[in-house]
Amino acid sequence: MASAGYTIAEKIISRHTNRIVRAGELCVVKVDGCMATDTTAPMAIKAFREMGGLKVFDPARFHLIIDHAAPAPNEKVANLHQMMRNFAKEQGCNLFDIGSGICHQVMVDHQKVKPGDLFIGADSHTPTYGALNTFACGVGSTDLAAVMLTGKIWLKVPQSIKVILNGKLSPYVSGKDLALLLCKKLTTGGATYMAVEYHGSAVASLTLSQRMALCNMSAELGAKTGIVSPEGLVLPYDYTPIFPDSNANYVQTIELDVCGLKPQLAAPDSPDNVYDVRKFEGTPVTYAFIGSCTNSRLDDLQTAAKILKGKHIATGVRLVVAPASRKVFLEALADGTIQTLIEAGATVINSGCGPCVGTHEGVPGDDEIVISTANRNFKGRMGNPRAKIFLASPATVALSALYGKITSPENESV
Amino acid sequence: MIIVAKAHVYGDNIDTDRIIPGKYTKTLDISQLAQHVMEDLDPEFLQKFSPGEILVAGKNFGCGSSREQAPLALKAAGVSCIIAKFFARIFFRNAINLGLPVLEAPEHDIQHGDRLSVDIENGIVKNLTTGKVYACTRLNGVMKHILAEGGLVNYLKKYGDFVTD
Ligand code: SF4
Repeated sequence: MASAGYTIAEKIISRHTNRIVRAGELCVVKVDGCMATDTTAPMAIKAFREMGGLKVFDPARFHLIIDHAAPAPNEKVANLHQMMRNFAKEQGCNLFDIGSGICHQVMVDHQKVKPGDLFIGADSHTPTYGALNTFACGVGSTDLAAVMLTGKIWLKVPQSIKVILNGKLSPYVSGKDLALLLCKKLTTGGATYMAVEYHGSAVASLTLSQRMALCNMSAELGAKTGIVSPEGLVLPYDYTPIFPDSNANYVQTIELDVCGLKPQLAAPDSPDNVYDVRKFEGTPVTYAFIGSCTNSRLDDLQTAAKILKGKHIATGVRLVVAPASRKVFLEALADGTIQTLIEAGATVINSGCGPCVGTHEGVPGDDEIVISTANRNFKGRMGNPRAKIFLASPATVALSALYGKITSPENESV
Repeated sequence: MIIVAKAHVYGDNIDTDRIIPGKYTKTLDISQLAQHVMEDLDPEFLQKFSPGEILVAGKNFGCGSSREQAPLALKAAGVSCIIAKFFARIFFRNAINLGLPVLEAPEHDIQHGDRLSVDIENGIVKNLTTGKVYACTRLNGVMKHILAEGGLVNYLKKYGDFVTD
């Protein structure tokens, strides 16, 4: 055992504490950055004050993002937003106000999180940053308040699962399809308390956006974090990649050949209820959503625009599109993607979480069937427990909106 | 601390959206949260449940979002402790941080209405109805201290920083 090497998670955590740690050890670590959203920040600010907090540990490393119910749909939310704005002003920390985008995209766009960092977010999809070879984990408000106060958090060093995905992906099979496949293989909660490390030639060929989609759904596996191998990772700045040692200890290794993998979907009411899209082909849908921290980046919108160009979505279908961030929105405006989507009948809303979490901007009606690019389809997730939600890639969602029924992109010419 | 009370049993994979739907989370008013707790899962939950009683679940209780409103709403509704086969990790942390005891009893077969005696410190659950005893995963280190102080707020108010390590 003494000679065994270290996983990526063990290496990053060790760099943030005063000793070399192994899976299973409890330790207190220093964080490189942390963030909270309008869902979690108000409670965190309240807890911070109750702890006796006056000044956050480092205003430059603490970020507030107003994205979950933004702009405010009612006075209650408006007042919580005001509380965040006032706190940001008082503390001199970063505030990303309405329209900035979804917290996770904003952190990456603004380079608030980098490879090798240990980052804590008061949002369950914080593992998304693992796409950047980062140890990032989601916590609740009180944990975050403790980070705001001390710059530290207690962690149990997780055991790691090694996932190796090899092979070349078929056209229109994306990072999202890989994420759904892993939900099926590992099931929700199948990686609880663990770190999932992603490796293999299929992963190395993914863009940052696609890596983020893959890593994002580590949260659905119950994982503490997901971390993508830095192999093939291209960033607009220099960084030192962190690889695991060849003799590192993994609790489980899953190796899959994804050549010929068909587009995947998660049927209601769980993200691990996964099948080939084909199985549900023809199921009528009335509401399609392209958005969320899983899939609303430029390449996702471009994929949808390519499918919808010069065409119109089916009668009786609504297509709502929420770009991941202001940066993405501007890029999609500049290259004509947004115009194409609107001409095809899409309703483009401001960048942010939009209808993903069911608070506003497109709650489905009773018995509606929704197809969405988001990450969760629990009952009531989009605000109505009587709606049924399917999860799929942007290509599958766009094509399903076009025909008004679930349609697999596997036969589309690229 | 020993809790003796009736068990209310629910199944596997109960997510935070079912514990407290996102649409009700936009408040710092705890009593408002309590009014809607578990309503999508069991609309009669609040009628059936008396403060001080115990919530029992299967695998992966509290999966889904990081919303701390989920354990907070349960605590506000009077849940004295939660026993599950295992918990989703953020829910587990949040509950401890709020001073709500959570115990993992991987092998339990507790039935609805059973009376339980729960020894939080030692991680032992006795089923007074059937006579069975279930060993639970024990809390250690900093987690135990936080729970003993009644949550992370009290802990940091007292110590000002993490004292372990
Ligand atoms: S887009 Fe959806 S899943 Fe992502 S942070 Fe927002 S609410 Fe959460």
